[in-house]
Amino acid sequence: MRRILNYFLMRVLLTIPMLFVLLTLVFVVLRVMPGDPVSAMLGGHAPEYVIQQKKAELGLNKPIFEQYIDYLGQLAHGDLGNSMIFVERVSHPISQRLPATIELTLFGLLVTLGIGIPLGVRASRKRRTAQDFGIRFYANIVYCIPVFWMGLILQMVFGVFLPLFPIAGRVGARIISSDFDRTGFYVLDTLMKGNFTALGDVLMHLVLPAFTLGITLSGVFVRLTRANMLDVLKSDYVLASRARGVPERKVVYKHALKNALIPIVTMMGLQFSALLAGAILTETTFSWPGMGRLLLERIYLRDYPTVQGVIIVYALFVSLVSLIVDIVYAIIDPRVQL
Amino acid sequence: MNATSSGPEIRAAKYSPAGIAAGLIRRFSAAAKRYRIEWWILVAGAVVIAAIVSMTLFPHLFTHFRPEDMNAGPQMKPPSAAHLMGTDNLGRDVWSRIVYGARTILGVAIAASLASALIGIPLGLVSGFSGGLGDKALSLVMDSIYSFPGLILAIAFAAMLGPGVINITVAVAVVYVPTYFRLVRGQTLSIKQELYVEAAHAIGARRPTVLAKYIFPNVIATVVVVFSLNIADAIMTEAALSYIGLGLPAGMPDWGMDLSMGKKFLPSGVWWMITYPGLMIMLLALGFTMLGEGLSEILNPRLQEY
Repeated sequence: MRRILNYFLMRVLLTIPMLFVLLTLVFVVLRVMPGDPVSAMLGGHAPEYVIQQKKAELGLNKPIFEQYIDYLGQLAHGDLGNSMIFVERVSHPISQRLPATIELTLFGLLVTLGIGIPLGVRASRKRRTAQDFGIRFYANIVYCIPVFWMGLILQMVFGVFLPLFPIAGRVGARIISSDFDRTGFYVLDTLMKGNFTALGDVLMHLVLPAFTLGITLSGVFVRLTRANMLDVLKSDYVLASRARGVPERKVVYKHALKNALIPIVTMMGLQFSALLAGAILTETTFSWPGMGRLLLERIYLRDYPTVQGVIIVYALFVSLVSLIVDIVYAIIDPRVQL
Repeated sequence: MNATSSGPEIRAAKYSPAGIAAGLIRRFSAAAKRYRIEWWILVAGAVVIAAIVSMTLFPHLFTHFRPEDMNAGPQMKPPSAAHLMGTDNLGRDVWSRIVYGARTILGVAIAASLASALIGIPLGLVSGFSGGLGDKALSLVMDSIYSFPGLILAIAFAAMLGPGVINITVAVAVVYVPTYFRLVRGQTLSIKQELYVEAAHAIGARRPTVLAKYIFPNVIATVVVVFSLNIADAIMTEAALSYIGLGLPAGMPDWGMDLSMGKKFLPSGVWWMITYPGLMIMLLALGFTMLGEGLSEILNPRLQEY
């Protein structure tokens, strides 16, 4: 236990410089590059003194470096600041939108693993047969499908031509989300309230976005599972268990897959940022009110503090997941050097 | 890091263009015999790319409509003999927009990948070769960018720079610099331990010479593969940015932008406006992926997948 605790502390400390780098980069990108938030906010025809006044009010007339120090100080207190466009704290819209994104990515991940791992195992068992090539072909094709196009195609087939699933939003018009909205995770909220009609509706809305995200990412996992399974299936203990007459299914799924899963867990951490990027595009396609939509809405409004806040929360989210993955890895694989 | 060969004349290997070409031809023809399927994957990828490249070079051979011509045909009609892929909401020919749009996406993707390679490779070489605090700091920065979702970074850059072909190229390029940096730095670190590098140092080769003549040629094979896969990735990033509505001036024929336009008419059953541009994005990305995979089998036989 002590081993894991030490490891945990080390990893947390290593995350800090990474966050710092991203934060600085985002700050520089937003402040140094052309495009002035105040003139954008007031429109092109505002008189100069109004612009200057507004800039002073927002602290934008200070030197960049001073603004940067101010911003870091603010962040150190856990404060993301105030929106430039709306009268609200930046944390407010983020806390509303983050659960939607997490829910989408979790279900997307579930679909990815549900498709990727079984197909990968199958391909490795049928190595160099038609099935193997078929599965690898699927993996390569799917990898090259843009997420948003996958979304549009699923919308077209299962939303328009065969109207089975809703194609936009998190809940239908007849369901009032404020009835159950507590944590923002609608699946959880409806379950806690025992409102099964709403739960059904929420799940129906999740199907197409989750499959959009899940299918496009499943290719990577097919290839990874296949490669790892091929490695493991060659090992002595697999040969030994086969020699002892352990049923093939058990050899593959119990002995081999368990060991092949370790690198897959690591890969999950790395693929998580791809998942988040895919989520932004899925949110755009399905009008899903998540962080990606928030980011784009506020970029169009030039609401820089909110844009910064959203990006920082994304960075935190990515680091948190990679932290969790590393710790899970350390727990399941005792050989990890700590 | 201009490689001048002052000092003792040192040759790691002969790198004349003809020699490289002959070597490549030998390798490829051997590969055609050895890996049958991989070889066809490479050829298929190259064919797809060649077809789309010829669209960018001679668009008028592929269609006689202009992409911005609103009188090309009736509005929003499904594919027919006159309009192979139908017409859009403004009466423009969808196929002609695809033909002319190939320029945008291919140009941006290749330019962006080249730009990131030209920044990432030298940085990675020098950083890995010199080591020290500078290397640590640069690696930290690159790792941080690498671990962050690239699309978000590209969105931030594209939004700040405003619409424009150069701007979207910059936004896409930023994302991939760490890819090259990390790859080349890692390779440099391992190659600089090799005996022949030590030998070069021992006979008095200068550091730039070692870097340019001993290390760089050994790194480049992997870079070629990654470059091809990177273009595939850059294609999807470009398409994603323009689909979101960032990065390109309105009205320009572009597959991503045409998709987002078609999205509005999807609920009324207009399938042709979204099907074809997306299919093209996928095909183009697939072409570069297949080329990269095929090259990887042939150039790095040790990395062979079972």
